[in-house]
Amino acid sequence: MALKEVSPLFVTAETTELRLPSRIEAIDEAATAVARLVSRSGFSEDASFAIDMAVREAIANAVIHGNKFDESKFVEISVQRSPDSLEISVHDQGSGFNPEAVADPTEEENLLKSSGRGIFFVRNFMDEVYWLTPPEGGTTVRMIKRTNP
Amino acid sequence: MAELNISERQAGDVTILDLSGKITIGEGSVALRTAIRRMLEEGKKKILLNLAGVGYVDSSGIGELVSSYTAINKDGGQLKLLNLTQKIQDLLTITKLLTVFDVYESESEALNSFK
Repeated sequence: MALKEVSPLFVTAETTELRLPSRIEAIDEAATAVARLVSRSGFSEDASFAIDMAVREAIANAVIHGNKFDESKFVEISVQRSPDSLEISVHDQGSGFNPEAVADPTEEENLLKSSGRGIFFVRNFMDEVYWLTPPEGGTTVRMIKRTNP
Repeated sequence: MAELNISERQAGDVTILDLSGKITIGEGSVALRTAIRRMLEEGKKKILLNLAGVGYVDSSGIGELVSSYTAINKDGGQLKLLNLTQKIQDLLTITKLLTVFDVYESESEALNSFK
């Protein structure tokens, strides 16, 4: 089964790191791992839903737009739990990404577009979101959700 | 089990699609797209999507709802939504799509609106 290749590199009570091949199945795998940490972090049901949604959208972006479904490329996810927040980083091996270039899907002229809402959901559902372009290449999205915003 | 189950019933000239499961990237979105395409091929242009059993929609699923809406409109038909869960209603609110879709909580009201 394909998902057998997908295994946590390192798991403690505070941190989970995953390295997943660029497939749609990576979305569920990452979301499940994050949900395990979220369930122990004291988030409300709404906040847990928001984190799940943001993680799924970030992984989908990494697989589709970052790595372009190239299974020789990986999506790396790091989740760190601290007493007051959860920080999730999603890194792809794509050619880079400018979040400012993404059109606002809530503008009148974009309402009927069939795509372009993933980044909007990530921004909307997390307390802080940063897109980074590390020197080794690719894009990292760093998302933070505070336990008591 | 399929990610999204779709069953079809007819109420006069309105086709009701009862959806249950998830409309998410991959299988769920494709299942909805395929069903809408089939409706249009069969000349069914008044479509009511009953989302009571849909617990999860992602940006791809939202996109598929929008695509369905525009495809049916383009063909001279109408797509309306019924029984949104609170979560889906919230997603359509923040994306401002509640201003686009015709949404109902009662099936009879929804059916009457097609007349």
